[in-house]
Amino acid sequence: MTDTKTPTREMAPARPAWHVILVRPETMTLVLLIAGVIGASILSPFFLDVNYILRSFTLTAEMSIVALVLTMVVISGEIDLSPAANMALSACTFALMQDVGVPLPLAVLIGLGAGLAMGALNAFMSIRMQLPSIIVTIGTLILYRGLAQIIAGDRSIRLPDSFIGINAIMVFGVPLPVVIFVIVALVLGLVLGTTVVGRKIYQIGTNQAAAHHAGIDANRIKIGLFLLLGVVSAAAGIMAASRLGSVRYDLVAGGELQMVLMAMLGGTYIFGGRGTILGTFLAAWLLVIVSTGMTVANLMPAIQLTVLGILLIVAIIATNFIYARTQR
Amino acid sequence: MLNKTFTAVTIAMAITAGGAVAEDIDIVFVGKNTGNPYFDSLTQGFVEACDSIACNFEFVAPATADATSQIPFLEAQIQRGVDVIAISPNSPDALNQVFQSASDKGIIILTVNGDITGNEQYRDATILPTDFTKVGADQIEMVGSLIGYEGEIAILSATTEAPDQNFWIEGMNATIESDPKYANMTLVATVYGDDQPEKSTTEMEALLSNFPDLKGLIAPTTVGIAAAAQVVQSRGIADEVAVTGLGLPSEMREFVKDGTVGGFQLWSPYNEGWLAAHFAVGLKNGSMVNEVGGTFEVPNLGTITINEGNSINTQSALTTFNAENIDDFDF
Repeated sequence: MTDTKTPTREMAPARPAWHVILVRPETMTLVLLIAGVIGASILSPFFLDVNYILRSFTLTAEMSIVALVLTMVVISGEIDLSPAANMALSACTFALMQDVGVPLPLAVLIGLGAGLAMGALNAFMSIRMQLPSIIVTIGTLILYRGLAQIIAGDRSIRLPDSFIGINAIMVFGVPLPVVIFVIVALVLGLVLGTTVVGRKIYQIGTNQAAAHHAGIDANRIKIGLFLLLGVVSAAAGIMAASRLGSVRYDLVAGGELQMVLMAMLGGTYIFGGRGTILGTFLAAWLLVIVSTGMTVANLMPAIQLTVLGILLIVAIIATNFIYARTQR
Repeated sequence: MLNKTFTAVTIAMAITAGGAVAEDIDIVFVGKNTGNPYFDSLTQGFVEACDSIACNFEFVAPATADATSQIPFLEAQIQRGVDVIAISPNSPDALNQVFQSASDKGIIILTVNGDITGNEQYRDATILPTDFTKVGADQIEMVGSLIGYEGEIAILSATTEAPDQNFWIEGMNATIESDPKYANMTLVATVYGDDQPEKSTTEMEALLSNFPDLKGLIAPTTVGIAAAAQVVQSRGIADEVAVTGLGLPSEMREFVKDGTVGGFQLWSPYNEGWLAAHFAVGLKNGSMVNEVGGTFEVPNLGTITINEGNSINTQSALTTFNAENIDDFDF
């Protein structure tokens, strides 16, 4: 044991090091992940193929990347339910631009700009106008999805062959979207875990008033996070467009729930102040393992949805239990 | 290192598994979505065909019929190493990439009940229930005969991307514009019920409110026609609005018997599944050849011709169901 001081009446005993490292929601996610891999291998002999699992991950890689940034937004005490609609609107804007003849690189920039604008709208209403971000982003999620439908109509906009197939590009045998996901996770994890800005995000989420009194400009950081989420969603939307080869207004419909699910399964506390990139990273893999394992075993969607629901409830109960037990 | 372990295990399993199932052919049918009774009938054809000839059959489908929902299921089937993928596609082009990977692995791809219009090079053959080019015209004639060839009509379709729906709707539009017999009929709206009973009901109610003079409705989807007939029956307006379309006799029997629906059309989904299974097995073991103009024999269905574009029709024209013959069918 590495107790630095003997406990007195005013001070709680220090938690042992192994306790701090192991008893946390991310461990639960890791345990579920390992259990998922074992369970899926038992269900079907076709599951345990690394290339297949990596290929299946590319189907939700874009949402997972956005979920990483969403985790940071949730830790700071806000929430954003519009990223999936943002992905769709940015992708539709990009596709429409290149369809009317705008050169591809410029069309990509316009798409990213659209995402930035959407993030800015969320930021303006949530932070400047001080409206609850959950209400604001439910509104903008409907707005962006509707705008996407106006832009693209009910049809799909096809993309040029040169642009299609980002998921087929391999880096040392790993599909490019997976590599991007890992790199983004590393970068964001380092920012959140080691930099001053990261520390400030946790502090804002824990107690915004106290953070304000400590001299932290909470508004500026939150605005920055919303803008970042906007741009990353746009980039993810364009990546999804490249994978699918065509863009429709209902791209990743319902994806916002999956992203929040990833954050929750990773142990992010919905009211802010707690959570890690590692948790969301593991949760993204957990979701892929569970749904791929069930799909390749030819289990019907009804069973898959039930299992995912149970998983979410177990994760939430366990997360809250762990946080309650480890409150200082 | 982990990669090598996994690969080694997979190779070991593949070697042991390959030996066991070398004779039987694995067929999977990917439906548009679950909860759609139409595909139960189709699947039954596959199942009973595979009982009589040597094939293993599985049915999978996504929860919703949106354009990209079948992709994870197709990837899983490729991973499982099936021999033949039969699919009712939810999109004409979203599946191209996946079909390409399947073909690269030597899997035969058959589109059943609908084709991937504009992208036919990605599939080996298509098995259609009937001559699709006639469906539009036959449906307009059906609704025309029920409303005296004059008045407003509307279409209640399934999903906006479904290639089969769009093909028929184009046919309906072309017929009503060009054929003078229907000059007094106007098509006022085309709405989409997404093959969901609730949405189809809502769309039908909306049509009735927006177009009070509506006289006829074509719902070329079994989910849509059942929902529309239900609305008309509960409102008791069967005398003012004629509902018709493509429906399953089992679902529409009650509506035909109580006079809500005068008549509707379809084909036999069971025969489609039966034919598809026989064709798939024949292709795989070499007894049938997939070339335009060729023919092959299927028990109970006779000689089938392979038409232009590797397209196969199970029967030549739509069957019309009405009060006289509705009891003759059990699907």
